[in-house]
Amino acid sequence: MKRIGVLALQGAFIEHIKILQQLGAKAVPVRLPQELEGLDGLIIPGGESTTIGKLMQKYKLSPVIQRLIAEGLPVLGTCAGMILLANQVAGLDGYSLKVMDIGVKRNAFGRQVDSFETDIRMPILGDSPFHAIFIRAPWIENMGNDVEILAQLQDGTPVVAQEGNIIVAAFHPELTSDTRIHEYFLSLIEGREKCKK
Amino acid sequence: METEKGTWTVKTGLAQMLKGGVIMDVVTPDQAKIAEEAGACAVMALERVPSDIRADGGVARMSDPSMIEAIINAVSIPVMAKCRIGHFVEAQVLESLGVDYLDESEVLTPADEANHIWKHDFKVPFVCGCRNLGEALRRIGEGAAMIRTKGEAGTGNIVEAVRHMRSVMSSMRKLQSMTQDELMAEAKRLNAPFELVQEVYKTGKLPVVNFAAGGIATPADAALLMQLGAEGNFVGSGIFKSSNPEVMAKAIVQATTHFNDPEIIANVSRDLGKAMPGLEIKAIPETELMATRGW
Repeated sequence: MKRIGVLALQGAFIEHIKILQQLGAKAVPVRLPQELEGLDGLIIPGGESTTIGKLMQKYKLSPVIQRLIAEGLPVLGTCAGMILLANQVAGLDGYSLKVMDIGVKRNAFGRQVDSFETDIRMPILGDSPFHAIFIRAPWIENMGNDVEILAQLQDGTPVVAQEGNIIVAAFHPELTSDTRIHEYFLSLIEGREKCKK
Repeated sequence: METEKGTWTVKTGLAQMLKGGVIMDVVTPDQAKIAEEAGACAVMALERVPSDIRADGGVARMSDPSMIEAIINAVSIPVMAKCRIGHFVEAQVLESLGVDYLDESEVLTPADEANHIWKHDFKVPFVCGCRNLGEALRRIGEGAAMIRTKGEAGTGNIVEAVRHMRSVMSSMRKLQSMTQDELMAEAKRLNAPFELVQEVYKTGKLPVVNFAAGGIATPADAALLMQLGAEGNFVGSGIFKSSNPEVMAKAIVQATTHFNDPEIIANVSRDLGKAMPGLEIKAIPETELMATRGW
């Protein structure tokens, strides 16, 4: 059984854990560096990026996560998770992990009254749309050549992207019953293990 | 599909993102920055913290819009603000300012002793206080997208928050042990909407996120409420009425994250300086209790 860590410092980590369990993976809440050892994948959930970022540094999780990602550990970041994985974040430079070649703007769509839900098309998941919930969501402002856009809003704003072993979503797949993004993430882990063999 | 704003999903969803975090009362932009720097997941903007409201007496109202705007502009984390129970115009004003969450709060003087705000009419989400499961479900029925215990605000005394959290959690456990044909009578006993009673019966939890509030003054207080079932903490006077707010704020954030780890709670509890001065609940005249405001 695959062991997937879910960063559990703050935010909606229980929702990710439930989806992983539903998909037959073992989900491990991670609050301390030693809990990162022996994982097959890691999810950084939605929450408040400043809070999670500060606690990640305070409890010395950041350098370990950076090393594991550099070694190829598959990682999924949703909303705050996307912010924390980005190379550049306006106003939060001290706390992100800087492991993905994207520049991100926080609260890019506005305040809570501008939070929204909508259907997006994500070809990699098949024809049926994904119902996406955006809460004080960030967006991707710029990206490097190795970053692939997996989904966009109708106006072209990129909201799901992948660079190698890193997938990020600006919205919250953990708040819906659609498990396809998590399944896609688990398939990356499967792929990595095949390569190892 | 159309893009939809202000839906129940996005209202309850923001509360999901606040879970495991600490929401701190602040009265100035500088305090808001200290709270953000300490790792608060949101701030509550108000003119006076509850212990000062209690000491000053008189009628406590919504804060000055300029003051709330200054706090909104000072931080990047969500900003909450309080309106009086039943005062839907204060709520409209706060919504127009771009506040991220409204607290229809017993800490302010109620504007309506019979009716709470019909919160479904708003795009901005509301959090409301409760003392027991019935009160929580009545507020959710009116549209509260997040619940907190009332506790007894401004006292630095955790006893009421513990009472309220235990009451909510134990009533839910009791519901779970019942059979379907007993639910209507239980709904009557709780004075709660039947559909919501049935939902708690099926899921074993409230349909919205449930925080603790009212009297949290130390890291151990914060962890206690988390272990009793809170999904996060509001800290009012407990931070900026302590002798070293920066250190206390950071300590309470860490104790809320690591609420099951006594060693970490011990570590963050060292050398904090003085917690806020506390008040014995029995020493407060009944007419000055805040938790009994609203129903």
